[in-house]
Order: sequence, then structure tokens, then C-alpha cells
Amino acid sequence: MYKQLLLGAEAIAQAALDAGISGVYAYPGTPSTEITEFIQQSVQTNGAEVRSAWATNEKTAFEAALGMSYAGKRSLTCMKHVGLNVAADAFMNAAITGIHGGLVIAVADDPSMHSSQNEQDSRVYGKFAMIPILEPANQQEAYDMVRYGFDLSERTELPVMLRIPTRLSHSRAAIMRREPREQNGLCPSGDKGKWILLPANARKNYQHLLEKQQELAASSELSDFNRVTEGEGHTAVIAFGIAYNYAMEVIKSYRLHIPVLKISQYPLPEKKIKEFAERYSSVLIAEEGYPVYEELLKGYFGNGKFRGRLDGALPRTGELSPNLLGQALKVDTGEIRTVPGIVTGRPPMLCKGCSHRDLFDAINRVMENYPEHHVFGDIGCYTLGALPPYNAISTCVDMGAAITMAKGAADAGIRPALCVIGDSTFTHSGMTGLLDAVNDRSPMTVIISDNGTTAMTGGQDSAGTDRFYDICRGIGVEEEHIRLIVPLKKNLEDNVKTLKEELDYQGVSVIIAQRECVQTAKKSEKRKVKSGK
Amino acid sequence: MNKNIIIAGVGGQGILTIASIIDLAAMKLGLNVKQAEVHGMSQRGGAVESHLRISSEEIFSDLIPLGKADLILSIEPMEALRYLPFLSPAGVIVTATEPYKNIPGYPDEETLLETIRKSAAHLPVEAESLARKAGSPKTFNVVMLGAASPYLGIGEKELEKAIGLFFERKGEEIIDMNIKAFRLGKEYASE
Repeated sequence: MYKQLLLGAEAIAQAALDAGISGVYAYPGTPSTEITEFIQQSVQTNGAEVRSAWATNEKTAFEAALGMSYAGKRSLTCMKHVGLNVAADAFMNAAITGIHGGLVIAVADDPSMHSSQNEQDSRVYGKFAMIPILEPANQQEAYDMVRYGFDLSERTELPVMLRIPTRLSHSRAAIMRREPREQNGLCPSGDKGKWILLPANARKNYQHLLEKQQELAASSELSDFNRVTEGEGHTAVIAFGIAYNYAMEVIKSYRLHIPVLKISQYPLPEKKIKEFAERYSSVLIAEEGYPVYEELLKGYFGNGKFRGRLDGALPRTGELSPNLLGQALKVDTGEIRTVPGIVTGRPPMLCKGCSHRDLFDAINRVMENYPEHHVFGDIGCYTLGALPPYNAISTCVDMGAAITMAKGAADAGIRPALCVIGDSTFTHSGMTGLLDAVNDRSPMTVIISDNGTTAMTGGQDSAGTDRFYDICRGIGVEEEHIRLIVPLKKNLEDNVKTLKEELDYQGVSVIIAQRECVQTAKKSEKRKVKSGK
Repeated sequence: MNKNIIIAGVGGQGILTIASIIDLAAMKLGLNVKQAEVHGMSQRGGAVESHLRISSEEIFSDLIPLGKADLILSIEPMEALRYLPFLSPAGVIVTATEPYKNIPGYPDEETLLETIRKSAAHLPVEAESLARKAGSPKTFNVVMLGAASPYLGIGEKELEKAIGLFFERKGEEIIDMNIKAFRLGKEYASE
């Protein structure tokens, strides 16, 4: 086995294949997307029998993974941190049923919200569900923890969460692979008491989950992933996951001899922590995300001793860095240069020729006819329509909210109530909102900006391509109020006319604005040229 | 041996290609490598950067600490300055001079280059014209790699081998063109 340079995400993907998974279930979401893409490419090149099609959303993904687990085979499900919100119902209850074939949930958090609406900490979910959490500090550990996670999952009969931040997911390092092993054979569970969560069963299962906690804690105590780097003095650091790297960077770089307890497996190894922390008068808690365990530890021992995000030693928000750890450890980093004032921001923008651009031009034009401009937006490349020069949307909260917020706003009396949603977002969680609007006859207009792909995350397949008319008709939108437009400059006048008609209609309208994403179009041109078609 | 390099540019300018080539060379030499990058925004004309760390010892942080970068290798002049806080007191800026003006209010070019001159030891490179000399404007990122090669702590033979490996699948012609681009950049740097 030789060393390969892989992203943290790719290390997890390779490890899952080597650990013998039979399926990966996921919806694209930065910074988790690359895990599934790597597996898909590997399946293509090596012909492994691993299911790897993109799911419509994280809930359907999780549940499919659970179904594969029921059947006795190993499955991986991947999502970004807010994606876990979508899968939460399945996630919480999978801890109550327990699992059969190993199930690992790879969740990628986004501290500093580089491409997300928040920086929520998925470890809170792991703690909530009372399942083991593995939090690697580096790429090799991420690889090793996948195999370990599947084994732990099968031993404890619980799903296991593997949590990584953006900086690990999107960072490359050399990793050493292990000998791959076989997938499990088909071996369905059939244990009805376990899998049917009628209250009578669920109460027993919950009790069983509580009793398992001791075994999980014991595993953390023995785990090599939780270990001490000895040192001297009265100050120590407890560093979780990737924060360990930042602590060690500072310690090595400034030749400090500060002792560090690395934590990478939860639930916390209580004995190990107590033994360690007792020796020191000041302990810095470095965790990437919310101060979840800082709060908990401060609780055990009272204030003063434990420093971190809660007392200002580290900032409350945003990702950690070697410099922040250095400041907290009172290291003198010397003069740091500042960014010259001449440097201006270069935010991401819609590509030249993007179909969303023409759509927003039409939306802005038609909205000039009305005293107020409220356009409910959603998550995708088209969210960039919030920025200049368009300034076209008024809200963007969570996947699918464009439609349902527009419904609520229409019910409150906002006229016109217009929303824009992408094709992938629509199938992800817009369809149910549209059904609400139709059933309740809320006067609103939905624009599905259909570019045939899940673009922002890199152009993955979109679940409902070519079926939007039928889906909307099936949901119950009237035929005459499902309109198809092509967002192009030359169609601006016609498109504005169509929009105006539907905005003035006091019922549910859907406008499908269809034009292929320019990036996807470029890629398929390249492929055509390559294959000589 | 320890090198911390920030590679900067605008999405789509090929900074990850440069990073990959350096990675390949470093790994062949048995060195440790860590390379943090920005995804997603790369197709949408936003600022992108990669933190590339090469060392004979274990590397901990994926991110280069502020004030510890030996080199800022930038494919765009304004982007070179965005990461100035990472540059060490003795650090060098190697930057292409051609601006990528995809935003309103892009600063005056002369002032930009003047600011670079005042900020640190620097090497401005007319990458595009050198790339054309090599045979294609698309090779300007490899020109920049050549220009920065004296500061990478990796020999040119290893870097050229890595270029060959990286472009292997694209065929001899592409490899040769990129080697030419690399050498033109390197020559320029030594003048």
C-alpha cells in the first residue's frame, strides 16, 4: 500500500470503500460533497458494486442508508451540518432502533460559515442522540476512523457519527491505505421489537440505549484517539478534533512544553479528562465549533480553571487557527502585516451567461409594477441574486423555505407573493410546500429556476430534471398556470409579460424558467469533443 | 526543511494545478505535504487561495499561521496583497502583473504594483506574454510556477518531472508546452 495525497473528504470516501460499504447515500452540500463524488468516480473506474446515486435530500439519504443497514450491509451517509437538520428525524430515531449492518454518518461542519447559513456544531446532535462521535484531527485519522467507526457501529449496534470541519475536508495530506475488506452479505434483521417504534418497543429501546452509554464511555477511555502529549508547567490544553493541530502547531513552533489532551472520540473519556485536568491550574479548551464540551467541563469543576470561547480566551464565533491558539497561550507572534486598504472584496458572483441573470432581470423589471418588492429566495447559485447588481431577493433561510414562506406571506396579505427556487432545491424540499399552497389556495407565484443541475456544489445530478411540469400538475397546480419560459436577454419582454400575468392571478402559479447551466454545458461540450462525437 | 506557500488567484485561474504539481514533486522527495484549498467558489469568479505546506517533519496545522508564509505565489496582483498578513518578515511575493478585473471599483494598477513594491521583497512577472511565448495563454499558471521555483525549496528537475506526471493524460504536446512555460518563468526569475 503506497501513500496517496487525498483531501480529508476523499480519505473518508476511500476508507469507506476499503471498509466494505455497499452504498453511499447523500445530497450535495459543501464541504461534504467530495466524499460521494469520490466514491462515484471510484465505482465508475473500478466497477465496485456500491450504490452511489445522489439522493433527493438528506432525509431520504439517511433513511436509505438505514434500510441498507436493516438488510445487514454497511452504508455511509454524508451531509453538511445543516443537512443533518433535514435528516434529524431519521437520525434521532435510528439511535433508538439501533442499526444492523454498520452505519456511519459523515457530517461536515462549516465553522466561519464559508458557504453556509450558520456554523452549527453537529456534535450537539451526536450528544443528543447518544451515539458515538469520532472527530479526526487529520486526514490519516479520518481514513482510520472510518474502518474503526464501522466496527464500532456493528459492535454497539448504533449509528456512528464522523464529524469533520471544512479545513479538514478540503485539505490534502498523504494517507496510507489499509487492505480493503469484503462487503457484508445480505442478512436482514427481522427483529420487529427493534425496528418498530411503537411506544411499547420504543420505551424498551430507549432504556437499552441508556444502558449502552457505559459501554460507549468505556470505549472512549480505551481509545488511542484520545491521548495525552506530556509536558510541564501549570497550564494545559484539551484539544478536540482539528483544534489539536492548531495547539500542536503553536507548541512545536514556539517550543512550548505545554501538555495536551487530544480528544477525538466521544462520549468524553471522563476518567482520562479528570485525571488530566486535576494536575493543572489553568486548562485551555480548544474545540472547533460551539463551546459544547467547554460548557460541560466548566460545569463539572466550576469556573476559573477552564478557559476558552466562553471567557474570551478564544473568540466565541468563527473557526480556530494557529494564531488564535497562540494568542490564547500568550505567545508573542511578533509584528503581523495588515492587508493594504487598496485591496477590495472579490465576492463570488453568477457566471457570465448564467440563466439566473436573465431571470433576475425579468423579475426586477416586472416588480417595478408593484409598490413593494418581496421576493422569497432559497439556497443555490441563485442566492447570489441577493447581491448587486440584482438585489432581487428578500429572504434566504433554509432549503425549500422560498415556497413555504411565500405561502405564509400570501396568507398574511402580501401581494404579489413571489418566490424563486432552484430545480434541485425544489425536489429537495419545495414540493411539499407547493402542495400546501395548492391545498390552501394561497395566491402566490413560484418560479422554478431550472438549470438542470445542482450547480453551486459543482454540478451534480438534479433529481427531477424534465419532470417539473408533470410534478406541478400532479401536485394540483392548474394547467393554465404552469408556464414555461426561457431566461434569455432576447426573451426579456415576453418573460416579463408572462410573469405579470401570473403575478396578477390570484391563485397558485408556477413558472418554470428553463435554461441549462453554462458550466454544465461547457463540461458536456468538453466531453463530446473528447469522445469525438 | 520547511516551506509555507500561499497560492492565490481568482477562481478558474488554475491555482490548484500549481499546488498539485508542487505536491507531486514534494511527495516524490519523501517530504510531508499539507494543502488546504477553497472549493465551490472557484467557478464563480471569487478570490481563491491555497495554503501549501511542505516539511521534512510532521505538519500539524493545515492553515499556515499568520506571519509564517515564506512565499505568496499569486496569479493576480490584487490577490497577492489580500494574504499579506500571512507573509513572514523575510517572505517574498511572486505575482503575475496582469489584473483580472471582474469587479467594479478594481483599484488603479499602478498603485497596486507600487503597494506590492513597498510591502515586501517581490518579483512581478508578465505571465501572460510568457505564456503566449510558450504556446498558449492557458499556461500562465505554470509560468508563475517557474518564476516561483527558486523559492520553493524543490529542485527544477523534480518540478519538471511532476509537470510531466500531472499532464500525463493530456499527451506529449501539452507536457512540452507546460515545460516550456515553466522554463520561461524560471529564466525570467533569474534575470
